[in-house]
Amino acid sequence: MDPVIFLIQCLNAVQYGLLLFLVASGLTLIFGIMGIINLAHGSFYMIGAYMAFALQPLVAQYLGGGFVATLLACVVLASLLGYFLEWAFYSYLYRRDHLQQVLMTYGLILVFEELRSIIIDNDVHGVGVPAWLQGTVSLGGIMTYPVYRLFISLVCLLVAGLMYWVLTRSRLGMMIRAGASNREMISSLGIDINRLFRIVFAIGVALAALAGAIAAPVSSVYPGMGHAVLIICFVVVVIGGIGSIRGAFLAAMLVGFVDTFGQVFFPAAAGVMVYLLMAAILLFKPEGLFKQG
Amino acid sequence: MQSTLRAVLLLALVCLAALLPMAASDYYTGLAVKVMIYALFALSLQLLVGGAGLVSLGHAAFFGIAAYFVTLLSPESGAGNMLWLLPGAVLAAMAYAAVTGALSLRTKGIYFIMVTLAFAQMAYYVFHDTKLGGGTDGIYLYFRPELRLGEWVLLNLDAPYAFYLFTLACLLLGWGFLAALMRSRFGAALTGIRVNEQRMRAAGYSTFGYKLMAYVLAGGLAGAAGFLYAAKDGYVNPELLAWDQSGLVLLMVILGGSSRLWGAIVGAVALTLLQEAFQSQDLMGDIAQRWHLTFGLAIIVLVALLPNGLAGLPGQWRQRRQAARIKPSASSL
Amino acid sequence: MTQTLLSAKNITRRFGGLTAIDHVSLDLKKGAVHAVIGTNGAGKSTLVSVLSGELAPNEGHIFMGGHDITAWPQPRRARAGMGRSYQRTTIFPSLTVHENCRVTAQARHQYFWSWGAARRCQASSEAADHALALAGLEKERDRVAGLLSHGAKRQLEIAMSLATHPSVLLLDEPLAGMGPEETERMLSLLDSLKAEHAILLVEHDMDAVFKISDEITVMVNGAVIAHGDPAAIRADPLVQTAYLGEDE
Repeated sequence: MDPVIFLIQCLNAVQYGLLLFLVASGLTLIFGIMGIINLAHGSFYMIGAYMAFALQPLVAQYLGGGFVATLLACVVLASLLGYFLEWAFYSYLYRRDHLQQVLMTYGLILVFEELRSIIIDNDVHGVGVPAWLQGTVSLGGIMTYPVYRLFISLVCLLVAGLMYWVLTRSRLGMMIRAGASNREMISSLGIDINRLFRIVFAIGVALAALAGAIAAPVSSVYPGMGHAVLIICFVVVVIGGIGSIRGAFLAAMLVGFVDTFGQVFFPAAAGVMVYLLMAAILLFKPEGLFKQG
Repeated sequence: MQSTLRAVLLLALVCLAALLPMAASDYYTGLAVKVMIYALFALSLQLLVGGAGLVSLGHAAFFGIAAYFVTLLSPESGAGNMLWLLPGAVLAAMAYAAVTGALSLRTKGIYFIMVTLAFAQMAYYVFHDTKLGGGTDGIYLYFRPELRLGEWVLLNLDAPYAFYLFTLACLLLGWGFLAALMRSRFGAALTGIRVNEQRMRAAGYSTFGYKLMAYVLAGGLAGAAGFLYAAKDGYVNPELLAWDQSGLVLLMVILGGSSRLWGAIVGAVALTLLQEAFQSQDLMGDIAQRWHLTFGLAIIVLVALLPNGLAGLPGQWRQRRQAARIKPSASSL
Repeated sequence: MTQTLLSAKNITRRFGGLTAIDHVSLDLKKGAVHAVIGTNGAGKSTLVSVLSGELAPNEGHIFMGGHDITAWPQPRRARAGMGRSYQRTTIFPSLTVHENCRVTAQARHQYFWSWGAARRCQASSEAADHALALAGLEKERDRVAGLLSHGAKRQLEIAMSLATHPSVLLLDEPLAGMGPEETERMLSLLDSLKAEHAILLVEHDMDAVFKISDEITVMVNGAVIAHGDPAAIRADPLVQTAYLGEDE
């Protein structure tokens, strides 16, 4: 294989893996801290993308902002949505068993799909890459790579870094990490559990929505985008181990590489490669690579 | 006395069901067939969820694999032979269940839910992305399979009534098989595993074998339902293996009630009728267009209110009446 | 000549950076009760889990009946004659006392391809009755297990292991939560079982341990610090400071 093409594919794999990490980390946090399996997590990714599409003209018109402003607006709105949803719906799921959570969030997916259909529509849309991120850039003089894809990777890395900083250096992060390994303990420590859960959930939703919004110019905006990403994220969480952010990161990168290079070497079996990876890992490590608590 | 009453009721129901097509229109007969196919599908999942305590979110894979098997291997020029197409479809589903089950059952709880979903998605992609099954367009089954022994046609299912009765027979056979299975030593062990697997292992039961056997049997029964589905409309596409199919059949089992076998049947009937109702213009007016919304909300409410499903309602009422009897009224204190 | 029914050599089990059991060896002889005592976190429960097959050791070997059973999964060990009772009661509350024992007895009479009718196995019904007699629960035979007193439930817990005709019994805190009367009853039950079985007893009740054991192993922080008969253990200065010692 041509070394330049190899490098390009590596960069693609990293970018895809980083996007997956954003979505999967929210999923694993929500499950690790609150014990909720949320089938609707993929919908938040979809909502982020549609938000980017719908908000772009509005942000331009009323706030005079460009692409970054749109992204910020998506994140803020998604956080608010997450905060509200936890209060209105998800807080009722804690006491229920996994089966009920699965089915109730399944119902929620249907509701989200229809609401999106009502508020926006059912069509496929494109979101334009902003002018200052268009084109390609020369890397080391040997190859060119789309600027926007580098931008995606950069933003994801920044967010990952921010997450790492918050989790390891801040009080909030300490509470989250404590909660991930022992949920009962943190309430007995006098921490307002309800507030913590609401914040964690809002973060999870915002992460997924940001991923959807930032991926929109590349993957376009279409109704089924949530479902595909959700199941891949489940694979990431299974491989990485529930509740482990580090595991989610490594697993996401692994999945990114397997999927990207799988498509290059076995285009006919492309969609299947990731699941074969999961099957292989299950053979040796049924509890994931980094099981938490 | 109670069991003879139940037997009589059951017999009456079966007779009514057998006679339904005489009184109903073609549309309702077709709907009834669809309900019965989904009832068989739900029963197969009931074995896993209610019998073994295994929550699978990927059961549609077996349904779809069998449907594709019969469609792909039926000749285009005439009716295929059910003698080998039906067992073949069931065995194909069981084979996939054996391989994926052996891997999935290494996980527990929430991992198991996610892994079964992933394996179903894998099968989905095989049919969706490859030329194998005509891709996203799906493929057609031009002639309904018939039962042939050499030159003799023993069973021809072209007539709607014949197919209806055949489906009813399959449903009853499947239900009977599962009922007998749960009463057998295998079923007793499975129940013990569901209640406390650790205890069963400590006693000497190789629980993995039991769970895998249940998984494979459930896959096979789902395959039988898939065969019927393909034979009914003559059209299959990858969406049969999609996760919302898996979610839908799981919903049927839970809403019907996982503690009883017939809960799956009740759940299939209830959910199919619910879907039809929400989509009906006559009943819902213009909201019928937005039936995903109403249906989704209904699911949320029903799952929240009926944790034991419809089959668990009598138990729920009994518990509430007992609690009310025990609790002294505030005024008497 | 006392027969060694179970022998564990150099068992080590680690969890990440923590060594829960550090090169522990012990033997279980027929006709004897071998108690394992130690402070909380000493590794006693982990040891029982490794012996029963629920956890695999990182190092070491276990021998039973002339076989190296280190790699055997728990069900296989159980069918070969290992019985285990749990610290937290694991009976089936919705079944009757007799049915509870019949379920466990049935394990060696069927395979996962056995589809015969459930009620007809004579052998397991008799094994269940025998186990109930040994445990002194014949009178409660048809009582729903969930309605039993705590002490009776713990007795049933042991009866369920007895129904599988074990030669080795691993008992994890069978006296947990029992009052003096129930403790007496349990101790005489253990005494009656001694003759035909090799018993491992993990317990916190020191009086009971010294009353009924023939051999005691003391564990602290995963390692064995003392081993011998009750008198020797009582006199051992190491044990006194580490565990029994109350000089206040």
